[in-house]
Amino acid sequence: MHEWGPRPANRIGIYPQMAQAETKPKSRPISPHLGIWRWGPAMFVSILHRVTGNGLALVGLGVLLWWLYALAAGPIAYDTFAAHAGAWYGKVVLVGLTWAFFNHMASGLRHFVLDIGAGYELKNNNLWSVLTPLLALAATVVVWTVIVLK
Amino acid sequence: MGNGTSIGRVRGLGSARHGAQHWLVQRYTAIGNLLAGLYLLFSLVALGDYSHKALHAWLHQPLPAMMIGLFVVSTFWHARLGLQVLVEDYVHEEGNKFAAMALLNLLAFAGAAFGLLCVVRIALGA
Repeated sequence: MHEWGPRPANRIGIYPQMAQAETKPKSRPISPHLGIWRWGPAMFVSILHRVTGNGLALVGLGVLLWWLYALAAGPIAYDTFAAHAGAWYGKVVLVGLTWAFFNHMASGLRHFVLDIGAGYELKNNNLWSVLTPLLALAATVVVWTVIVLK
Repeated sequence: MGNGTSIGRVRGLGSARHGAQHWLVQRYTAIGNLLAGLYLLFSLVALGDYSHKALHAWLHQPLPAMMIGLFVVSTFWHARLGLQVLVEDYVHEEGNKFAAMALLNLLAFAGAAFGLLCVVRIALGA
């Protein structure tokens, strides 16, 4: 039991480290919150929800504002926007944002189900954790197929 | 109530009485994003023509203008709440956290105002 510190110097068992921790609260031990968990689908879908959400907030809203500004400012400003949106990197961003939108929407709907207390059974939880990103990928493919073929 | 650790300083004070507000508003705006976002998506797919003329004429109509205006408000509000969680989780130094939150609030309000102004200009302009 003493591997994490020397034997207490006094009889009531106060370790030197504990006395020090009283004066320096920030140096108190924290739980090993990263790197000790076995990977599961729920972790993957949770991380995807955060990544796509913040991607939509930082990139998606910027593109939305640029698009609305270009529409409001007139055909010349819109041509500039359309030239970038139609270039290969623009298409990558637009398809990526569509995927992020559907992924965040699918895992967001999953959150609504979890919020009412349903879907926590291990089998169900794993199933929908796997299904949400797959459904989002399928919706992205469908939307862009329709846009390209139309 | 102690004065040593952060948990010790707040223990016994009770609830701050607004703990669920952030969580609830994130859900309310999520519903708004869902409805208005799907409206925007289906409208754009149905429109098919992405020229300035066609899109301007579409957004000039009252219903699309209202829906996209609401979409701007709902998404910027939702994004402000989501990015707040990002700041709280990854920015630990108090001064940096304050600066990040101040910047986030400025950008969220400015972005929503700019987006709304563009929609209003298209809706009411010639």
